[in-house]
Amino acid sequence: MDFALTEEQRLVRQTAREFAEGEIAPVAARFNEAGEFPWEIVRKLGELGFLGAIFPPEYGGAGLDSVSYVLLVEEIARADGSIALTVAAHNSLCSGHIYLAGTEAQRQKYLPRLARGEALGAWGITEPGSGSDASAMKTTAVEDDAGFILNGTKAFITNGSVAEIAVVMAVTDPARAAKGISAFVLERGAPGFRPGGTYQKLGLHASDTAELILDNVRVSREQLLGQLHGGFVDTLKVLDGGRISIAAMAVGLAQGALDASVTYARERHAFGQPIGHFQGIQGMLAELATEIEAARLLTLRAAYLKDQGRGIRLESSMAKLFASEVGMKVTTKAIQIHGGYGYTREFPVERHFRDVKLCEIGEGTSEIQRLIIARQILQLT
Amino acid sequence: MKVLVLVKQVPDTATQVKVGSDPRAIATTGITWIVSPYDEFAVEEALRIREKRGTGEVVAVSGGPERVKEALRSCLAMGADRAVHVLDPALEGADTLTTARVLAAVIQQEAPQLVLTGRQAIDDDTGAVGAQVAELLGWPCLSWIMEEAIAEDGATVRAGRQVEGALELFDLPLPCVLTAQKGLNEPRYPTLKGIMGAKKKEIKELGPGDLGVNVDGPQLELVRLEALPPRPPGRIIPGEPKEAVRELVRVLREEAKAI
Repeated sequence: MDFALTEEQRLVRQTAREFAEGEIAPVAARFNEAGEFPWEIVRKLGELGFLGAIFPPEYGGAGLDSVSYVLLVEEIARADGSIALTVAAHNSLCSGHIYLAGTEAQRQKYLPRLARGEALGAWGITEPGSGSDASAMKTTAVEDDAGFILNGTKAFITNGSVAEIAVVMAVTDPARAAKGISAFVLERGAPGFRPGGTYQKLGLHASDTAELILDNVRVSREQLLGQLHGGFVDTLKVLDGGRISIAAMAVGLAQGALDASVTYARERHAFGQPIGHFQGIQGMLAELATEIEAARLLTLRAAYLKDQGRGIRLESSMAKLFASEVGMKVTTKAIQIHGGYGYTREFPVERHFRDVKLCEIGEGTSEIQRLIIARQILQLT
Repeated sequence: MKVLVLVKQVPDTATQVKVGSDPRAIATTGITWIVSPYDEFAVEEALRIREKRGTGEVVAVSGGPERVKEALRSCLAMGADRAVHVLDPALEGADTLTTARVLAAVIQQEAPQLVLTGRQAIDDDTGAVGAQVAELLGWPCLSWIMEEAIAEDGATVRAGRQVEGALELFDLPLPCVLTAQKGLNEPRYPTLKGIMGAKKKEIKELGPGDLGVNVDGPQLELVRLEALPPRPPGRIIPGEPKEAVRELVRVLREEAKAI
């Protein structure tokens, strides 16, 4: 057992940290206040290779291992949850699905553009009427001689209105429920394919979340991703990886809130001394730091196992469940430590608090994670 | 053109420095080590020279214990072609002349056309090594440069340094030593591909014996570090703004003698 990071992993973390502190932190509040998608940051992420982090160089990626990727997402989230989510959804979900299930031709066609950041990626399974229950999916793909015709609406799609490339799931055999779902790659501008409305969200205001509307979208067989009717099985594998990045995002947001609280506890005076000298505050800080470390270790271990080529359904669910709930607790307490100021937008902790809530919902709610974990330990699958 | 960059590994700028159990050194437990920021300007400038000329080699050089390799790896991740590490833990506490002798010996082996380094390292802030290296080599040196342009034939460099209200421009023959001031450039972040590629690049390791430098003890001996006395508390001048300002001006003039 060796908990030490490699030199390369440390360098990735250091670079991501310097980038997040130097380029993201100073502008994060501005973009979030304005509800503006931070294109200038996303462009730089592309130049540095963050948008192709985990894909092999032959597809334009940097070929990072999952541990490095987790470190990178955490460091970005420390500064801003929105940008962390943009990176996570782009890498783990859209590009991740194409890399996992795509033919060599599909990988060559889409991954280099995604990896270089020339195109952002979105990924759509959720619909207005189906989230946790994917078998209630209404989007259909009807096969004919020339390929498929897609109809339906996808909901809560990260990068939905800014993405050039999207992977969407659709029902190809209604009789087979989840085993009748297939995945398709679509490009922006395809006739009948367009982003619908965006959402007024609690947090993550600099992350793009939109509907995707599919209105008689004609796709060729070359756009079918993976096996016909095999989309749901692939989706579960994609989510195994995706959940590690959401766990990393939660750890980063929690760490950002703790950092701000430590600084505040040193500087804020009450009753003639810094509030960090009071045991009540010390107790909170100690507990939060400890829980963050536990969440981080679960997350890194899931990433490590993925790098070893092991199945990580249990571990990624545990990491996501625990890290997102720790994130919620840490950011709540961070506001408490800041007192009245914590409740205002003068300090970053209220933003982290609003942002981290998504980690308990997106890519499988905490309830679904508990279900997955229970089924694994009871061997019910 | 071969450009050699001298870098030093220093504690992160955010470090809360404490005097160690040996009062001649700081406590290093838990410190994050980085490339000294002024040296990063030097690395960036070297990379720009190579990119502008479309050819050349950038070699990063440092000395000290094993962990110094991490600083060199950062330089390689930024884009330096290779690195030289003088692996000698004694260099960590060495005086500037000893350091300069070691580095000058590496420069003689490598024979670059240009040596770049930061105007000073941000730990000891002596700012002496660049000039001492130049002196030992008998090369010209210009410190604190804000801009540079190497002549197309590679025989001279025009470099500018900021002085009160003006930019001083100098022409120097190559080879020479230039030290970088903040403002020379904006260092790039290493790309992920740069980081992944850095492990394939060479870090040549030299021992103290490989350079033929006779170190006859420090010329500059550090006696001890003393923690600064705590800052006296601030003072609040009460009263109506008009009277308070009058009192403030009086205090600044008579007690602090600041105006």
